[in-house]
Amino acid sequence: MTTGERTLTASPGLKAWLMADAPESGWQAACGRAYRGWLSFAKNPLGLAGLAIVVLLLLCAAFAPWIASQDPTAQDLTIRLQPPTAMHWLGTDRMGRDTFANLIYGSRVTLYIVVLVLVISAPIGLLVGSTAGYLGGRTDQVLMRITDIFFSFPRLVLALAFVASLGPGLNNAIIAIAITAWPAYARVARAETLAVRKSDFISAVRTQGASNWRIIFRHVMPLSLPSVVVRATLDMAGVILTAAGLGFLGLGAQPPTPEWGAMISVGRENILDQWWVPAVPGMAIFIVSLGFNLLGDGLRDVLDPKLS
Amino acid sequence: MADTLTASRSAESSASLLHGARRLLLAGGGLLFSLFTTFFGLLVITFVIGRLMPVDPVLAAVGDRASLATYNQVKEAMGLNLPIWHQFLIYAWKVLHGDFGMSILTARPVLEDMQRVFPATAELATVGIIIGVVFGIPLGVWAAVYRNSLFDHVIRVLGLIGYSVPIFWLGIMGLLVFYLDLQWVGGPGRLDVYFDGEVPTVTGLILVDSILAGDWDVFNNALGHIILPASLLGYYSLAYICRMTRSLMLEQLNQEYLITARVKGVSERRVVWRHAFGNIQVPLITVVALAFANILEGSVLTETVFAWPGIGRYITTALLSADMNAVLGGTIVVGTVYIGMNLFSDLLYRIVDPRAR
Repeated sequence: MTTGERTLTASPGLKAWLMADAPESGWQAACGRAYRGWLSFAKNPLGLAGLAIVVLLLLCAAFAPWIASQDPTAQDLTIRLQPPTAMHWLGTDRMGRDTFANLIYGSRVTLYIVVLVLVISAPIGLLVGSTAGYLGGRTDQVLMRITDIFFSFPRLVLALAFVASLGPGLNNAIIAIAITAWPAYARVARAETLAVRKSDFISAVRTQGASNWRIIFRHVMPLSLPSVVVRATLDMAGVILTAAGLGFLGLGAQPPTPEWGAMISVGRENILDQWWVPAVPGMAIFIVSLGFNLLGDGLRDVLDPKLS
Repeated sequence: MADTLTASRSAESSASLLHGARRLLLAGGGLLFSLFTTFFGLLVITFVIGRLMPVDPVLAAVGDRASLATYNQVKEAMGLNLPIWHQFLIYAWKVLHGDFGMSILTARPVLEDMQRVFPATAELATVGIIIGVVFGIPLGVWAAVYRNSLFDHVIRVLGLIGYSVPIFWLGIMGLLVFYLDLQWVGGPGRLDVYFDGEVPTVTGLILVDSILAGDWDVFNNALGHIILPASLLGYYSLAYICRMTRSLMLEQLNQEYLITARVKGVSERRVVWRHAFGNIQVPLITVVALAFANILEGSVLTETVFAWPGIGRYITTALLSADMNAVLGGTIVVGTVYIGMNLFSDLLYRIVDPRAR
């Protein structure tokens, strides 16, 4: 326990600087705040486990060629459907491709999906929510009505319909998921905006002649960001599961892209004798989305205690 | 205590009756508006999706050897030369009259297909939600009563697993273990082949139909087939129901009226189940309604894995053959049920819970 604590806390000098009661610069105050947040996050073992899983995913994606020595797309029909061996740690699929290499490279696809969905949907949600909350009145009513409409649809079915008309493929799947993901962020951003729109500092900026857009972009949106980040982390598991579902149906990533959902779909045909072929990628999806769920839970407890 | 409560309630009731009626009207009006805009949104989105297709529907109909005159004639016949808003009105008019067009795959009107496949999904989702409620609510209550105990943590982790596991994969693994290995449950589909068509279709729900026909062999067979996919969907909803029950119960367990009840010597069991649980029943109904809507969504992938001839499998099969009428028809039906469940829970909440006014 003590060793665990020691590794999680900073060295004495740095600690004093971080925990200073009267920080000398904004930078020091920000670091101190982050450090205190980290300390309270580190008390939550489940949250730490989630963080570890997400970090592991990042490492796998970054160092994929070094971790997996085999080429994930190389086919060799003479060694198809082999059980785990020293050469192929998790065996091979029906095209003789190395499952372990596919799994490791698949982490890149998963990360690509998660990041792109976030990059597309979070700014849209943030913009819609902040604008609705700050301007209020008719704009608010119309924007939130649109948000509600998107919110009241089944997400997977809507994504399916979009992919059906855009055509199967990884990028189209990402667009479809992003279209269904933004309303949640819009709601969170609006709630945060409503809490600050009447603050003195906003009035101060306005009396200095700042335009509405400047206030929304520079003063309101940054304050909504932490809540949107928590919400997004909690959402990532759902995004991964939806993307895997689309991949499983053959509408997401196309072969030979090593996508976990598609791997399950391929392995399913050999389930009777080679059960590990679909079992392994499913475990990977499960562990990664569990990691995001645990991390999101932990973050929510730190950043937004009122929600837990 | 109970007597005085009833007395004061009856005195209040006549005064609040008028107020209550007004509230009901307002809630109803808001609901109608909400229903209207949401359904309008559903129509707009499905219309846009239908127009997004990179395939030229006219070209698909006439083939690339047709002359320009034929092309234009067909385009006019399909109404594609009209302004876009006019096309939308025609589309909305048709959908409101239940005309989703013909399915390319089954060569039948999509509406007819929907009527055929919907009962299968309804049956699966209903058994699923029953499992979710029967296990989820007691587990959630106990997790709240024994909060921060080992039991609570186990329940929390079980819930998180439910949120994190890909349901189609769980289905495949479930089939592998319980059907292929242990042979405890029936395989894919709703019935074994030799039971097909044995009982007359009355409701379309095989479990109900077989009881009506008094054919217990069919009932047992159908139960064996439905139990695994329904359990998976039930587990999926259990995670949500359990979590919400726990947090609703925690809110109640901190209230002072429970201390009063305990001081008066009410048994702990009665305090938990009668007093605290009694007060969360209304929000719980809305939770269950939302869980049911989510199960409908989860059934899309589950039905694909279990070859369950319901609406989810219908949509995915249509998707793979680019049968857009069928896909959009299915989306509208699932979306409408989903919207209905959402609004139902919303309305219930507004009427019964005075704090949500």
